[in-house]
Amino acid sequence: MKLSIILLVIGSFVTTPLFTPTSTIPSVKIKTMDGQSFDTATISNDGNPIIISFWATWCSPCKKELNNIAEVYEDWVDETGVKLIAVSIDDSRNASKVAPYVNGQAWEYEVLLDPNYDFKRAMNVNNVPHTFLIDGKGNIVWQHNSYSEGDEIELYELVKKLANGEEISH
Amino acid sequence: MTTRNLFSFFTLLFSLFFFNAFSQNGGNNVGQIHGNFETINQYYNPDTAIGAPPVPEKLLSSSFANIIFNRGNFTAGARFESYLNVLQGIDSKYNGTGIPYKYASYQIDNIGVTVGNFYEQFGSGMIFRSYEARSLGIDNAMEGVRVTLTPIKGIYLKGIVGKQRLFFSQGPGIVRGIDGEININELHPRLDSLKTRLTIGGSFVSKYQKDDDPTYNLPENVGAYAGRFNLYHGRFTMAGEYAYKINDPNSSNNFIYKPGQGAILALGYSKKGLGISLSGKMIDNMDYRSDRTASLNNLTMSYLPALSKQHTYNLAATLYPYGTQPNGEMGIQADIIYKIKKKSRLGGKYGTLFNFNYSRIHSLNKEAYPSINDPDSTRMGYKTNYLSVGDEVYFEDINLEITKKINKKWKAKAAGFLFIYNMEVIQGLGGKGTVYANVVVLDVSYKIKPKHAVRVEAQHLSTDQDQGSWATLLAEYTFSPNWFVAVMDQYNYGNKYEEKQLHYPIGTFGYTKGGNRIMLSYGRQRAGIFCVGGVCRNVPASNGVTLSITSSF
Repeated sequence: MKLSIILLVIGSFVTTPLFTPTSTIPSVKIKTMDGQSFDTATISNDGNPIIISFWATWCSPCKKELNNIAEVYEDWVDETGVKLIAVSIDDSRNASKVAPYVNGQAWEYEVLLDPNYDFKRAMNVNNVPHTFLIDGKGNIVWQHNSYSEGDEIELYELVKKLANGEEISH
Repeated sequence: MTTRNLFSFFTLLFSLFFFNAFSQNGGNNVGQIHGNFETINQYYNPDTAIGAPPVPEKLLSSSFANIIFNRGNFTAGARFESYLNVLQGIDSKYNGTGIPYKYASYQIDNIGVTVGNFYEQFGSGMIFRSYEARSLGIDNAMEGVRVTLTPIKGIYLKGIVGKQRLFFSQGPGIVRGIDGEININELHPRLDSLKTRLTIGGSFVSKYQKDDDPTYNLPENVGAYAGRFNLYHGRFTMAGEYAYKINDPNSSNNFIYKPGQGAILALGYSKKGLGISLSGKMIDNMDYRSDRTASLNNLTMSYLPALSKQHTYNLAATLYPYGTQPNGEMGIQADIIYKIKKKSRLGGKYGTLFNFNYSRIHSLNKEAYPSINDPDSTRMGYKTNYLSVGDEVYFEDINLEITKKINKKWKAKAAGFLFIYNMEVIQGLGGKGTVYANVVVLDVSYKIKPKHAVRVEAQHLSTDQDQGSWATLLAEYTFSPNWFVAVMDQYNYGNKYEEKQLHYPIGTFGYTKGGNRIMLSYGRQRAGIFCVGGVCRNVPASNGVTLSITSSF
């Protein structure tokens, strides 16, 4: 019986294209920083690329990534029209520190709050930081777990490709 | 769950997939499958010097994989878990393999239905939060039914019923709850344009557990309710919640009949370059679980996170972190972020960031009855005066972090921490007294090339109590976007026992590509308190090789 299940799973991947090769953003109801309800399926950017970055106030590499991008974000937006959405997974221990941190750092990002990890789970994020790139049609075309200095260089190369209408190979 | 059930569940899931796949002829709308995977495998060497016991299996392995299927408004998912056997430091009742988490859900217009397992939180979670923190071995997922309803825009209702997960089965209690939230501004377009935004909410939760206690007459239904608000006005925010629980004699509160209560209030002010958050909290007899005899992190319904900063530097984070005392505490916290402007004399070219944080937690002022079985008190345990602070200090943490980018290549961070840690209360270790410790950290990184960076972290903790002073040195080299290597040594040079003045060296190597990450480490790990989110677990000392792989697809 176990074998048949395994075969089914393998079969479902081998017999392409049974499923769409790319994923879109699932619908999860979370909140914005000022308490408005927000359906993640409505994330869009007028056909321009979108970066979704999962972070937390207690995660040093996450803050390093978002602060490094913040320094060049204005240029990125001007050149490619990209939008970055920073999804905080701070739970009720730290949720009240999110807005002071974001505003204190003067981030220009859209910030969403996911205190019980519903969106994190739906996006299959194991741990933070985890960054996704979404093309103008809403397909998730790339993702990266963890952050090292300079990772934003590769990310921006991909954003530029998307903005030029090029395909990103997995 | 029996094998038969398991099989029918899979048959259902896969027939759904295939039905969709073939009926839609491989078109664009056949649905999506995605998931994630993690495996952690550790080979243990016995190391008597650090107190790492021999592990009979030698190799322990914990893994899980989630698979989610989506099509339109329909979602189904399952998680396979395997503990062969579970890693040291996580409850050994996680044993074997299984599919403890599976669900199906759909959303049609304003109604959403989930059957099977789900996670949910009401308000801040003071009377109900089911969640997972896998690295701590916490998973109190509900198994049952959840319905969400949005009758009109701005009003959000939820109802839940189910039992909570306990390892590979469920706890004995049935949990029922409803939650309602009104976002005043969303009710009407004219309100939506207001600068002031207000959300109010309330919840009621009840658990049922049969009373078969030979001594006490215990309440079989224990209810709790909570009310909350969130107010936003330009730069100001204010949020609060109050919760009340009826008498709930349980093993945590020594089976007293006193009701419980909790209150939290948080104020915030922020503008460009400045963020202030102040909060206060009172918790009295709020341990609330779906089994009155459960302990540790099992079957918790109330989520009571510590009102203190969650640190990341390891000497500040893993030796003396606070853990909430659910039977009574009062605390305050202040967190201030201030950024000196770019291109100013003090700020330099890139600005300088200051983060100051202060927290202090006291006991609750309790007036005990002469005897717990005092007939006048009807086993109420103690009396409290509202918002009356006790004299005993549980915890204090004063810390300051300064972050500065010096130029394109150099970045530096300096931090200092002063801790008061009441070990006797927080860890329940009688005779251990209170630890006074201070920590300093210097963290410098240098970019060799745009994608190559070196980071060095030096930490020092000094204390005369507990294990004495520690020094830590860490060096890390990263080559973006794929590679990293790090070495770290922690040295307990100040231990009053010479044979315990030990080094804990460890080396780690990692490879990341896309959503995949492989990490290999070898060395000694110090015993410590490892925290994620708001909850902590004790990790015993170990010596060995760890291989972990995480992956998302």
